[in-house]
Amino acid sequence: MLIKKGAEASLYLEEWHSRKVILKKRLSKRYRVPELDREIQLHRTRHEPQIINRARKAGVPAPVIFMVDLAEAAIVMEFVEGKQVKQVLNDLQQEERVCLCRRIGRLIGRLHSNGIVHGDLTTSNLILTPRGKIVFLDFGLSEQSGELEARGVDLHLMKRALNSTHYRHARESFGAIMEGYREVMGDKAAEEVLGKIDEIEKRGRYISER
Amino acid sequence: MAKALREASLKPTDVKVVAFSQGPGMGPCLRTGATAARALSSYLGVPLVGVNHLVAHIEVGKMTTGARDPVTLFVSGGSTLVTAFAAGRYRIFGETLDIPVGNCIDVFAREAGLRPEKGLPVAAKVMKLASQGRELVSLPYVVKGMDLSFSGLLTAATQLVNDGRHSLEDLCFSLQEYVFSMLTEVTERALAHTEKPEVLLTGGVAANERLRSMLRVMAEDQDARFCVVPREFSTDNGAMIAWTGVLSYMHKTTVPVEQSFVRLRWRLDEVEVPWVEDEDAD
Repeated sequence: MLIKKGAEASLYLEEWHSRKVILKKRLSKRYRVPELDREIQLHRTRHEPQIINRARKAGVPAPVIFMVDLAEAAIVMEFVEGKQVKQVLNDLQQEERVCLCRRIGRLIGRLHSNGIVHGDLTTSNLILTPRGKIVFLDFGLSEQSGELEARGVDLHLMKRALNSTHYRHARESFGAIMEGYREVMGDKAAEEVLGKIDEIEKRGRYISER
Repeated sequence: MAKALREASLKPTDVKVVAFSQGPGMGPCLRTGATAARALSSYLGVPLVGVNHLVAHIEVGKMTTGARDPVTLFVSGGSTLVTAFAAGRYRIFGETLDIPVGNCIDVFAREAGLRPEKGLPVAAKVMKLASQGRELVSLPYVVKGMDLSFSGLLTAATQLVNDGRHSLEDLCFSLQEYVFSMLTEVTERALAHTEKPEVLLTGGVAANERLRSMLRVMAEDQDARFCVVPREFSTDNGAMIAWTGVLSYMHKTTVPVEQSFVRLRWRLDEVEVPWVEDEDAD
């Protein structure tokens, strides 16, 4: 059963060996030339399960991968019950919101300290389960990197997502995320990445011709 | 100004408000326009309106194409961003992390020895050569969330020119395919995320046929209407400033001369746009 048609992939809720699973099928894009389309699909289908497994080993909740089908650009993974953080964040009480964001920050710190950058950190890619666990989804754009630039971009994306979708609480939420991040990464790394985010934002502003 | 008044069959005293581009941009250019606008406004004794030039690109695009609530891809030599309206402002969903796309194509063209000819910018030459390219050469494809990075791709493409193993046609073709696929992908993601009904393409790079066709196909697949701003209104122009000035003026956002300093780094999402209706309250 199709449950979500995203920009990049369709998600189906299926039964697989008497287990509820998600079948994530990457879509072919008519706008791209076929060679490039295939290259991108293959790369992401192969890459996502690898990074998910690394994230799970590092103690960051992410769906269990059951099967990868490169020919079909499909991945079968655990179905995670819960709500997107995007749906719940605006309605939480301030205290709960700050607490949730701090926990998200700690998990991002854990990813980064294990050399993983998510590449698409948004509140839609985070699931809050009924038991209160935060699960990271959609590692299609992730990479193995310990570079400050990559970490900076990763957090900048989170900040951007908060600013465009949760503008009322963006500043407070991002502040709480960075607090959690600091707990895991330490003051020095947190300061460095904050400086980097600042630099990235200035870069993205108006750039005149060289 | 005399010519504009003549073409519109108006007298200077018919002018009720003076609008000018207050930013973002380069200081000397902005100040020239601002100085003229201030002088004109005090001479005629009419109010002054400072316009954000990025907002103006979107507003003139909406006016000329009839788009109401689009996801806008603005691509030029100075900017690359994906934006849509939400709660009083144009929010930025994605933008370049380093160089703008128009800059990437221009620098590549110059490195490849292409020179502008009468009336034909180098980017048009790249487009022409690309149409004769056949073989896709692998380049870095860098999309991060809805943000993009072109500098690594530019370096790689430039090195390939110098190393001479591929024809320039193939390199132009590959450059375009990679760069425009990246732009289309982030625009599609913003469209899926915001669930807006339209895609609006504007800025100097909107002249590129390949970019248009990719976005058109993407919009079709997402059941969205695709709109392209006509060329005379997609590059920087006075009409877009005037039109946005009218919209601002009708919402009483005039600026006193002594506060009309130019703003070189005025972000699009800092500007309140009270004339745009909130379609959904949250």
